[in-house]
Amino acid sequence: MNGIPMEHGLILASILFSLGLAGLMLRRSMLFVLMSLEVMLNSAALAFVVGATAWSQPDGQAMFLLVITLAAAEASVGLALMIQLYQRYRSLDLDAASRMRG
Amino acid sequence: MEIAFYLSGLVAVLATVGVITGTSPVHAVVYLIVSLIAVAMVFFALGAPFAGALEIIVYAGAIMVLFVFVVMMLNLRPDAERELTWTHPRHWLGPSLLALVLLGALLALLRQGGVSEVIDGELLTARAVGLTLFGPWLMVVELAAILLLAALVTASHVGRRSNPLNRKMTGNRKRGGTP
Repeated sequence: MNGIPMEHGLILASILFSLGLAGLMLRRSMLFVLMSLEVMLNSAALAFVVGATAWSQPDGQAMFLLVITLAAAEASVGLALMIQLYQRYRSLDLDAASRMRG
Repeated sequence: MEIAFYLSGLVAVLATVGVITGTSPVHAVVYLIVSLIAVAMVFFALGAPFAGALEIIVYAGAIMVLFVFVVMMLNLRPDAERELTWTHPRHWLGPSLLALVLLGALLALLRQGGVSEVIDGELLTARAVGLTLFGPWLMVVELAAILLLAALVTASHVGRRSNPLNRKMTGNRKRGGTP
């Protein structure tokens, strides 16, 4: 066989996205929630790169750069919030910070 | 090229499963680094070496180092009491089922969409990406710079050790002193 069907790349991206979503709903530790968000952003970036290489357009890779920028911003703010959570409650359990009953 | 794609895709999926089911924070972070490097290998196999190099440098090199430093700083232990509740299927059945339904919907949409392009490993160089970024996409680059500046300000404000909100909550510290 020669060449990878574009479908397979998109299937890989959707499997990674579903895994990240399952982890997001499954875990209550804030560290794991942030890591699941990273996995989901990464799978979206993978879908962009698959599209870029399938149609030989550089726009998808430019979008990949922006996704990486967004992931870096999200990780820095999320980790700062996580440090605050740990300093207040001495645990990373998100249920500890449910005073608003949300 | 094909074998590299499928093998690294398999490694990425398995490492991601290791991330979401792990109990030790450090092990989960290392699994996530493996997953990101596997996705970078997928990029190299697809013929996007610039994206792959960026994935390794920025994701695995910068963002994950941030995670590792925070985990080291907080000195976390594996949450054992959470692990006990995992044996009960009531806790993980619902989210897994929802994610499976979403995956089924995505796969059905992909099959219906009829994308028939084949990736033959033709290289997209950094030159083309740079010409796109600093030509028609210039405004988006500046917006990304503003986003990074906002994230910098937010992280340095929220991550301070003596937050005013924190002082009001703990209450028993001295009120007037500024750090």
